[in-house]
Amino acid sequence: MDAHTIIARRIAQELRDGMLVNLGIGIPTLVSKFVPSGVRVYFQSENGLIGTGAPPAEGMHNPMLTDAGGKPVSALPGACTFDSATSFGLIRGGHLDMTVLGALQVDASGLLANWMIPGKMVPGMGGAMDLVTGAKRVIVAMQHTAKGQPKIVRQCSLPLTSVRPVDLVVTELAVIAFPGGRATLLETAPGVTVGQVREATEAELAVSERVCTMVL
Amino acid sequence: MKTILLKDAAALIPDGASVMIGGFMGVGTPERLVDELVRQGKRNLTVIANDNALPGIGIGKLISAGAVKKTIASHIGLNPETQKKMLAGELEVDLVPQGTLIERIRAGGFGLGGVLTPTGVGTVVEKGKQRIEVEGKPYLLETALRADFALVQAFLADYIGNLYYALTARNFNPVIAMAADTVIVEANNIVPVGVIAPDNVVTPAPVVDYIILQA
Repeated sequence: MDAHTIIARRIAQELRDGMLVNLGIGIPTLVSKFVPSGVRVYFQSENGLIGTGAPPAEGMHNPMLTDAGGKPVSALPGACTFDSATSFGLIRGGHLDMTVLGALQVDASGLLANWMIPGKMVPGMGGAMDLVTGAKRVIVAMQHTAKGQPKIVRQCSLPLTSVRPVDLVVTELAVIAFPGGRATLLETAPGVTVGQVREATEAELAVSERVCTMVL
Repeated sequence: MKTILLKDAAALIPDGASVMIGGFMGVGTPERLVDELVRQGKRNLTVIANDNALPGIGIGKLISAGAVKKTIASHIGLNPETQKKMLAGELEVDLVPQGTLIERIRAGGFGLGGVLTPTGVGTVVEKGKQRIEVEGKPYLLETALRADFALVQAFLADYIGNLYYALTARNFNPVIAMAADTVIVEANNIVPVGVIAPDNVVTPAPVVDYIILQA
């Protein structure tokens, strides 16, 4: 199983029936492929859609029905569309149960940086600041390291997305939460040791008494 | 509401004007009007919109043509030309969180001085802004935004200017339609009055100034 699949499959297990969920671009989008059977979730695209479905069949796309990346999507039965003010009212107003986003860095207390590298890459924050500030649960989906460098760091050197810490980080190596503001290892991927996770993590990492292997 | 030829609609917009443009990655952007602004060689526009789309699409065409002096947007990451011009100092870019940007525009159109949002508290977005505590929770005061023109794309416009939008092409359009001195609409379909039932009208006719005539 490749890294992206491990991450997406594990995060999909956090979905609960009836949740309203926003998935970011990239690995987070893959989560929608692994929704557990019997669980029905509403996926929101922040450009104004609840009930986002898979890309339509060839030739069945509508140029006015797209995801937040501008890619054609379908809409499931019961879908609804709305303007951007309503979309962010859903996000900030406590209506969004979960958001899954990518990250550049997450620090030892769960603070996230995911929107710019000063002087190098300034894409803009888009909806990320609102999502992290407003969603009931924030899950980070990311590779554990970037070019061999740890992404879970003592302190973010990049500009923060929000002062609200994330709830869970899922990588191809581990599941990490932040109880009491402290990075804590909950699960390791199959075949990965606690030592290997620590080696790939710059932040000090507590290990849960109940640490176990991810079930995928 | 008046009807207007495409070229005359674009001619209403002088160099240096501030312009809100609907659309999200080009979806819901009045494309004919953008093309005409490029053709007329507009300069020094301030473009307020969700994003800068891609080169060759929607607002991306205005960026490539050098028509824009400043853009206020939430995301420019998919337009490398915006990045390049920004780094070269040719284009001023003001990045605003998406939910804050749309609320600032909504405030501008709804007669409010601004909004209080928790988004951005404690981040670089807070710089230069007033922090206000309400019932123990910190918020940023984000001021209202208005523009000289709103360039709106609608799916249906009836003969008097009531508007209805389609799917995700709605996005910023109904909000900017409230927040500009002059509102210009490019519609996919112009329909008789009554085709849009009263309950389905999203933007009421009295806020619309011009409907662009079909080609």
